[in-house]
Amino acid sequence: MSQQYMMKGNEALAEAALRAGCRYFFGYPITPQTELSAYMSKRMPKIGGTFLQAESEIAAINMVLGASSVGARVMTSSSSPGISLKTEGISYIAGSDLPCLIVNVQRGGPGLGGIQPSQADYFQATKAPGHGDLHIMVFAPASIQEIVDMVGRAFDKADQYRVPAMLLADGALGQMMEPIAFPDESEEKKLPEKPWAATGTKGSRKPNIINSLYLNPNKLEDSVRERFERYEKIKENEVLYEEVMTDDADLVLIAYGITSRICKTAVNMARAEGIKLGLLRPITLWPFPEKAIAKIADHAKAFMSVEMSMGQMVDDVRLAVNGKCPVRFFGRTGGVIPTPDEILQAAKDVLASVGGDK
Amino acid sequence: MAVVFEKTRGLTDVATHYCPGCGHGIVHRLVAESLVELDVLEKTVGVCPVGCSVMAYDYFNCDFIEAPHGRAPAVATGAKRVLGDKNIVFTYQGDGDLAAIGTAETVHSATRGENITIIFINNAIYGMTGGQMAPTTLPGQVTQTTPYGRDVKTAGYPVRVCEMLSTLDGVYYAERVAVDSVPHINAAKAAIKKAFQNQIDGKGFSIVEVVSNCPTNWGLSPAESMQWLRDNMLPYYPLGVYKDKDKGGNE
Ligand SMILES: Cc1ncc(C[n+]2csc(CCOP(=O)(O)OP(=O)(O)O)c2C)c(N)n1
Ligand code: SF4
Repeated sequence: MSQQYMMKGNEALAEAALRAGCRYFFGYPITPQTELSAYMSKRMPKIGGTFLQAESEIAAINMVLGASSVGARVMTSSSSPGISLKTEGISYIAGSDLPCLIVNVQRGGPGLGGIQPSQADYFQATKAPGHGDLHIMVFAPASIQEIVDMVGRAFDKADQYRVPAMLLADGALGQMMEPIAFPDESEEKKLPEKPWAATGTKGSRKPNIINSLYLNPNKLEDSVRERFERYEKIKENEVLYEEVMTDDADLVLIAYGITSRICKTAVNMARAEGIKLGLLRPITLWPFPEKAIAKIADHAKAFMSVEMSMGQMVDDVRLAVNGKCPVRFFGRTGGVIPTPDEILQAAKDVLASVGGDK
Repeated sequence: MAVVFEKTRGLTDVATHYCPGCGHGIVHRLVAESLVELDVLEKTVGVCPVGCSVMAYDYFNCDFIEAPHGRAPAVATGAKRVLGDKNIVFTYQGDGDLAAIGTAETVHSATRGENITIIFINNAIYGMTGGQMAPTTLPGQVTQTTPYGRDVKTAGYPVRVCEMLSTLDGVYYAERVAVDSVPHINAAKAAIKKAFQNQIDGKGFSIVEVVSNCPTNWGLSPAESMQWLRDNMLPYYPLGVYKDKDKGGNE
C-alpha cells in the first residue's frame, strides 16, 4: 500500500501539484490559502522549481500567462477577493488558449467578506471567470484525498484542451487535515509537447504568437467558435459526479465540495428515519452534470440545492431539471457552515410541501 | 554597388499600421537591428503591450506574447523565469501601459531585478485610444481629456520613469534616449543594444526610455512634432544614463 500522510488540504494540494510536474508557482498571500504558498516557497527551491511572491494577484496571474505561453506547467492560488483580481488575466489566458491551474480556496464575501469557508464564488467560477465568451473547467473536490487525486487530472485536462482549469475548494477543505495517499509516483511525470509555445523560433519555424486580439470581427468569431467546439467536447467527455441513493429517492440533494459531505450525513440520518433522501454531488461544476440531474428528474419528486451561499448552483439545477419537478434551495452564507440537522429539517419541509406521488 | 541601408530581417515584410512619421517605426527598427546584430533574434520572445504597438507581434520576426494592458513586465517575468538564460525576453510598452495601469508591474519587476529588457516609448499621450492624457503628459499640455491643458493642481504631475526607477537597487541599467534626430537615434540604438547585451550577460533589469512623438494626437506634422519634442519634452525629460551598475551605480 502506498504511504499514508496526514496533511492539511492546502499543503496536500501543493504537494500533489509538485508530483504532477508543476515547477512554477506565482501567488500573493491571502487567507485561507496561505499554507499552499508557504509549502511551495519551501519546496520549489529544493527541486529546481520557481516560487515567486508577486506584488498582486494581477501580477501573479500574468506571470502564469507568461510561463504558460512558453510551455510551462504552471499554477497560482488565491481566495475569493484575490480571484476577483485574477479575472482579467484568466480572460486573456482563456482567449490565448493557454493551459494552467488556478486554485480558489473560497471565503465569505462580498467585498473583504470574511475568512471562513464559503461557496459564494460559484457564479464567478462557472459563469464569469473573466470578461468575454469563455469557460474554464471547474473541479470541486470534497475531501483532501480527492484534492490530491484531482490536481494532476486538472493539469492534464488543461493541457489536453488548452483551457484553463480551476480547482474550487473552500476554507474548510484548505484548513482541515485528513489522511491521504498520493497517486503512484514510481514513474517520472512526462508532460505533453507544446509545439505552439513561444520559446524562440530557433530559425527553424515561423514565429509563434500567443494572442487574444483579433481586430477582424469575423476572425474573432471564428476563434471563439473553435474554442466552443472544444467546450462541447469537454461537456461530452469530462463531466464528473457522484450519486448517493438517488435511484429510489423522493428528494435529491445537490451539493458539492465540503457541503456534500454534510449532506451525506443528512441523507443517512433521513434514511434511518425511513425518509427517501438522495444526493447528487457534482465533481465538475463546469461542465455541470446536467444530463445526470435530468435523468433523476424523471422519477424524483423534488430537488434541493444545498450551498454555502444565497443560492447560485441552484440556477443550474433548475436549468437541468427544466420544470419536471420543483427545485428548492437551502443555504447558509458568510462563512456559516450548515449542520446535518438543519439540512434534514429543510428536506422534510420540502417533502411536506411538494407531497403526493410523482 | 555598395549597400548603404537594408531592411533588417528582424522585422517582417509587412506595412505597419503606424501613422506617418511616428516614432514607433523607428524604435521597432532599432530593436530588431539590435537583436539581429547580437545574434539572438531566433531565441527572443517579445511581449507587446496594449497601446499603438499592440500588434508589434506582426512586425517583429520572433516569437511574441500579447499581454493585458500594463501587465507586460509580469508576463515577461513568468516567461523569463521559465526560459532562463536560454532565451531573451523583452517588453515593448507605451507610457500609459508602463507608467499608469502597469506601474506596479513595472516597479516590482525592476525591484526584483528580473533579467529582462524593457523598451519604453514615452510619447506624452495615449496614442491608441485617440489622444488622452498620459502619466507623462506635460504640465499645460492639451489632450482630449485635458482640453484646457494639464492642470497639475487637479491632474497631478508627470512621472519621470528613469529617475524613479533609478532609485531601486534591483535596476541594473536605465537610460533615456530620443528619436528626434540622427545623432539621438544612433545613441538610442547603442542604448537598446546595451540593454539587450546586459540580459545576455545575465546582469539584470535594463530599461531604455525612448522619448518619442505622436504627430497624430499632438495635432502636428511629423517635422513639427519633432521640434515640439525638442522644445518641450527634452527639457522635462533630460536624456542620459540614470543608472548603470557597470559604472558603479547612479550617475
Ligand atoms: C484594461 C484596459 N483599460 C483600457 C484599455 C484601453 N486602452 C487601450 S490602449 C490605451 C492607452 C495606450 O497608451 P500608451 O500606453 O501611452 O501607448 P501608445 O498608444 O501611446 O503607444 C488604453 C487606455 C484597455 N485596452 N484595457
Ligand atoms: S496614434 Fe500616435 S503613437 Fe499611435 S501610431 Fe499614430 S502617431 Fe504613432
